[in-house]
Amino acid sequence: MRFLFKTDYNQDIRIAKHSGYYWSYGLLLLIVVAAPYFLEGYYIGQMTQLFIIAMAGVGLMLLAGYTGLVSLGHAAFFGIGAYTEAVLTSNGVPLPFMEEPVIFPFVISMPLAAIFAALAGVVIGIPVLRLTGIYLAIATFAFALIIEEILSRWESVTNGYTGLLVESLYIGDTELTDGAPFYFLCLGLLVLVILMSINLLRSPTGRAMMAIRDSEVSAQSMGVNLARVKTTAFALSAGITGLAGALFAHKLGFLSPESFTVFQSLELLVLVVVGGIGSLHGAIFGAMFVLALPQGLAILKDYLPTAIAETPGMEPFIFGFILVLVIIFEPYGIYGRWLKIKHYFQMFPVYKKATFKRQKAYMKSERLK
Amino acid sequence: MSFFKAENLAINFGGVKAVDGVNFEIKKGECFTIIGPNGAGKTTIFNLISRIYDSTEGTMTFDGQDITKVPPHAIASLGIARTFQNIELFEHASVLQNLLVGRHCHSRTNLFSELAFTPSMRKAEIAHREKVEEVIDFLDLQHYRESLITNLPYGVRKVVELGRALCTEPKLILLDEPSSGLNVEETQDMSFWIDDIKKDLGITVLMVEHDMGLVSEVSDQVLVLNYGRMLAFGSPQDVQNDPEVIKAYLGE
Repeated sequence: MRFLFKTDYNQDIRIAKHSGYYWSYGLLLLIVVAAPYFLEGYYIGQMTQLFIIAMAGVGLMLLAGYTGLVSLGHAAFFGIGAYTEAVLTSNGVPLPFMEEPVIFPFVISMPLAAIFAALAGVVIGIPVLRLTGIYLAIATFAFALIIEEILSRWESVTNGYTGLLVESLYIGDTELTDGAPFYFLCLGLLVLVILMSINLLRSPTGRAMMAIRDSEVSAQSMGVNLARVKTTAFALSAGITGLAGALFAHKLGFLSPESFTVFQSLELLVLVVVGGIGSLHGAIFGAMFVLALPQGLAILKDYLPTAIAETPGMEPFIFGFILVLVIIFEPYGIYGRWLKIKHYFQMFPVYKKATFKRQKAYMKSERLK
Repeated sequence: MSFFKAENLAINFGGVKAVDGVNFEIKKGECFTIIGPNGAGKTTIFNLISRIYDSTEGTMTFDGQDITKVPPHAIASLGIARTFQNIELFEHASVLQNLLVGRHCHSRTNLFSELAFTPSMRKAEIAHREKVEEVIDFLDLQHYRESLITNLPYGVRKVVELGRALCTEPKLILLDEPSSGLNVEETQDMSFWIDDIKKDLGITVLMVEHDMGLVSEVSDQVLVLNYGRMLAFGSPQDVQNDPEVIKAYLGE
């Protein structure tokens, strides 16, 4: 067990709380950087996909986990990011004074994809400022349906259900959007997004977000501008998810509206809840879960009796079942379980089961809400 | 020139007149208490001052400024902080983080410097922490600094909420039943702190309180409300001997 004696305010602010952080996260970084050199192509692809989904997860985590605004429509922002990237880098955009449509380099198109998604986040964020809980979930759900419909009907830009081919990107002769280079691009952007999120969470706006999650009325009395912070949270969350979408476009290579349905919004929400709501670690763990489960089920099918294995709807059922189990038995998800295991070994042999028991909240005034 | 003044303050919820034409004035540096039976409109007045509710009628002036139409999030930076009757802390955060939220009205940062956590940002954070540390020292909260609110007993939460209000560096602090749910010893501590807040920190106190022992110990002026109307006004002793007040509490 390590006891921290704080002698400096910087110790509070620092990301690495003690020297152990450098070892554990340094090792992790070393492993993911070295991975492409000893993994096969398929696994590199899977890891890349993991980074992309984890990035979208971080985006939704900022909104759902830290600001307490549950969105059922994040596939929309994911889709906006993906289509923006595809249109900017493949078809190009006809600009005035240019004879041919302008094709953007990825250093410009990717930030633009994130900005477009963030703007969409503001557009949905402002009208639903007064909604919370289930009403907000429904409003974002409706928004996602609208975007899905636009993606399939606006054929001049998105090609509708025929689909849109996404060109590969090249730097010199090396292809950026495949194999190890793409792996490093996604890893780098994911690390960047996580670092920015950590920075945000240790700053006034991040604290204001958490304050809104726990008690809107007292956050307001402390001088938090609810409308502004909520809109910021929406924009940031949508922007990060949009950036993930832009990467996803290159991962898929071919976009159609079917890739951005309500089911994907749900998958992102499951990611956040199963991974561990209210922690950035949770977004990474959740991404692993969401990616590994269908593959695990596919392997499992070989060992199940045919009658069960061939039942349609098996996968969504298991998905939902695990979600319910997690909510009931481990509200803080995989990350919560991870903390408990870590604590067990730190405290060995005197681990107390009650350490993580939380008291029920005292009377909470409902009048002001 | 009075420090805080409410003139003809009124609010209706449908047909219910929760507050009905209340006038009072608070002088700088005094402790002003509002008492009254349940449902008299005491907390409603607090919610009117912190602008959670819009008043139907009347005006409020604070420090020479009309605050009747100020948006609720701007109240804190004008110098009015408050606590809540049933404790509205940020449950899933540590004591330190709760107190830092109290510094929110003093932070002047933009999103980009936050995302990059620039050196000036770090400097501002350290300055906030120094202020918060003063409050932690003042209220003897060192021991609970890193604890999560969910793990704290009720009495400590009450003190943390007071601390969070103090972190905004207010000129006027609104305390909604500071002693409710506290034992005798904790109530005694609370009364010392209220006295210190008034005398050492020079903060004007407006409170709602039921414990008459605490009220007579710390208050300079007492306003009695009943059914949203003013019933009596004066020093704690005067008010306790007022026949109208006795009638409102005990019946005839």
